[in-house]
Amino acid sequence: MDDRIEKRIELKAPVSRVWRELTDHREFGEWFRVKLDGPFVPGQISRGHITYPGYEYLKWEAVVQKMEPERLFSFTWAHPKSLDKADYNPDYSGEPTTLVEFRLEKSASGTLLVLTESGFDKLPADRRLEAFRRNDGGWTQQMKNIESYVAQRP
Amino acid sequence: MSRKGRSRITAKRQVPATVFAALGDATRLLLVAELCRGQPRSISQLTAGSKLTRQAITKHLRVLERAEIVRSVRRGRESLFELDPEPIEEIKKYLDLVSEQWDRALLRLKSFVEE
Repeated sequence: MDDRIEKRIELKAPVSRVWRELTDHREFGEWFRVKLDGPFVPGQISRGHITYPGYEYLKWEAVVQKMEPERLFSFTWAHPKSLDKADYNPDYSGEPTTLVEFRLEKSASGTLLVLTESGFDKLPADRRLEAFRRNDGGWTQQMKNIESYVAQRP
Repeated sequence: MSRKGRSRITAKRQVPATVFAALGDATRLLLVAELCRGQPRSISQLTAGSKLTRQAITKHLRVLERAEIVRSVRRGRESLFELDPEPIEEIKKYLDLVSEQWDRALLRLKSFVEE
């Protein structure tokens, strides 16, 4: 069983544009669906709230690790034990964290973005998923919307 | 003093071994594979199919037990070990969920930068 996630995605946009989308806290918030209190600063805690409908009670808390312009943006974040509203605990101290890294590379069509999330080996098996399981239909529909939106674009 | 004593006891509470850490060992993976066949096995049976000592096998079984991947059941005078597939399934589901969330987030990112 693999204990890390890796995603590669080709973006038809210059590296500088993708870098801004990733590291400007307002632009990051748009696609990640989080309202952030302030800009990302290496070594500092980034705080905010999830804006995804139905999950506004979830707190965003990450520690910015590296910001190497147009190359690497990384942060660590906690995985709370429960995402279910009924037993959600907004205190993330002591929760295991994973490392999220965005690497950018210039490619023929624009930018190759490689996302990795690692450190899942520190997570116990008791993460609770009921909230997301219940919402599965909604997520699936949302993804279809995005896919058709992207497909329609030239 | 009494407060101090109490907090020491609380701190001693064992941190659960994680599924990944428990499975990150060749011997333990072999033991899990053996127990995957569905038959509860005794330490003697598990040792017979291995080059390791009974003591070593017991140690590995305890790690799997702490991660709640394996549980022991008593049958007569013997302790048998069987697989509890739930923690492995749970952590796999969690990884799949996080992975799906990234897929969706990256698609949203794509639609923004390609606008």
